Amino acid sequence: MKEFLLVFRRNEGGGEPQPSPEQLQAMMKPWQDWIGNIAAQNKLVNSGNRLSSDGRVVKSNNVITNGPYVEMKEAIGGYIIVRANSIDEAAELSKDCPILQMNGNVEVRTIVPMD
Amino acid sequence: MDEKELIPHLFRTEYRKIISVLCKVFSIEHIEIAEDIVSDTFLLAAETWGLKGLPKNPTAWLYTVAKNKTQDYLKHNRIFNEKIVFELKHTNTIVQELEIDWSEKNIYDSQLQMMFTICNPCNSSQDQICLSLNILCGFGAEEIADAFLTSKDVIYKRLSRAKEKLRAAKIKIELPHRSEIDKRLENVLTTLYLLFSEGYYSIAQNTTLRKDLCIEAMRLNFMLTENEQTNTPSTNALLALMCFHSSRFEARTTSNGDSILYEEQDETLWNKELIQKGEYYLGRSSQGNHISKFHLEASIAYWHTQKRDTTEKWENILQLYNRLLQIEYSPITALNRTYALAKANGVKEAIVEAEKLNLSDNHFYFTLLGELYKTIDKEKSKEHFLCALSLAKTIADKQIIQQKVNSL
Repeated sequence: MKEFLLVFRRNEGGGEPQPSPEQLQAMMKPWQDWIGNIAAQNKLVNSGNRLSSDGRVVKSNNVITNGPYVEMKEAIGGYIIVRANSIDEAAELSKDCPILQMNGNVEVRTIVPMD
Repeated sequence: MDEKELIPHLFRTEYRKIISVLCKVFSIEHIEIAEDIVSDTFLLAAETWGLKGLPKNPTAWLYTVAKNKTQDYLKHNRIFNEKIVFELKHTNTIVQELEIDWSEKNIYDSQLQMMFTICNPCNSSQDQICLSLNILCGFGAEEIADAFLTSKDVIYKRLSRAKEKLRAAKIKIELPHRSEIDKRLENVLTTLYLLFSEGYYSIAQNTTLRKDLCIEAMRLNFMLTENEQTNTPSTNALLALMCFHSSRFEARTTSNGDSILYEEQDETLWNKELIQKGEYYLGRSSQGNHISKFHLEASIAYWHTQKRDTTEKWENILQLYNRLLQIEYSPITALNRTYALAKANGVKEAIVEAEKLNLSDNHFYFTLLGELYKTIDKEKSKEHFLCALSLAKTIADKQIIQQKVNSL
């Protein structure tokens, strides 16, 4: 079995109001159920983290710019690490990812261990 | 209580105390001497109490005899004596006047320290359980063999190998240093959890013995809540879990030892006092930021003390299982979680996920599928139950599945 990084990107529409705690709770359920589905197949390696939209981009020559990244259409919203026999199987796991309902996408990448 | 009932009772309660206190004097390297002395003490009690009647204070009698036997032993075994004297020098103890501290505090401290010695990861968890049963719970090799459905010889070998490992590693009888106590405590809790599960889920038919294992695990767990250093949120969460589970003890088996499924249990037989205790310890466990698997399992067990099916109940159970699986995968957790998924999100969704579980060598897997198909496709349901029946190994399991087939 190999490990794969699933990166969630979503179009930062901008101007979306801050969700209420109840809305936030309701948003969590599809994510928790989806991650639970993967974990129930013993294919979850790491439940990863969510990333806040605030950020800095550091470039050479001491140039630091603030996020959001006007030059990048899609910001990374979070990631998890899964275990699968092939990248196709890992992609299959991503099909039910709730980010797809939010106009976003999942990038599936093979993790290459450093030894 | 006459002496016929009293001696086995005292053996259960005092064996571990005396052995812990004596081992503290001798060090773990000479644990077999301590074991001999305690056995001799109880043998003498059985002989004399029957003839002369019970002493005024049987416990004090045992302590005094154990002390005298220890002194005798040291007097008559010169070689050993010199070695022990040498080892004891730092405490300035003169062997002839060896005083053994039978204060409540020393008895408690010694037992707690002994718990950490026995649950040392130098032994496998299976061996730690055996040692715990033997030394901390006063179980003989035969009883342990019954609980594990194996032979006495296997247990003897396992015990002596485990003791040898403790000796070789020169494990001290003491509480770990503050900096490592959390990690070591986790190991102790896991051993207690396994000890409890051994009793609760054991395939052994002897229900009294199984109940004893659970009670012992709870007693040791309770001791951990009485010490400031070991009274952590996880310790309380595990005790809550044990209280909730054991509240169903009377309701989960028939008088001849057959299991009764949760749905069919008479909830008036659930022990309300234990449920309340569970709630109390669950409350005490909700401190700090760390959520252990014991917290999640205790919370799931809490929801199961509410017999009535509500959306709230199953949604909570599902989310708890989702988190539990993220901490630790096990096939049974995955199956239970899928059942909760069916209750919370509907059977159709659960069937899709169940078929991805890849557990087709597990009879519980087919029992689950049979259960999920019950309302939507009776033929398929029966197929799965029959598959489960062919995979089930114990008579008890086969009986339960057969009942399900019959009720379709």
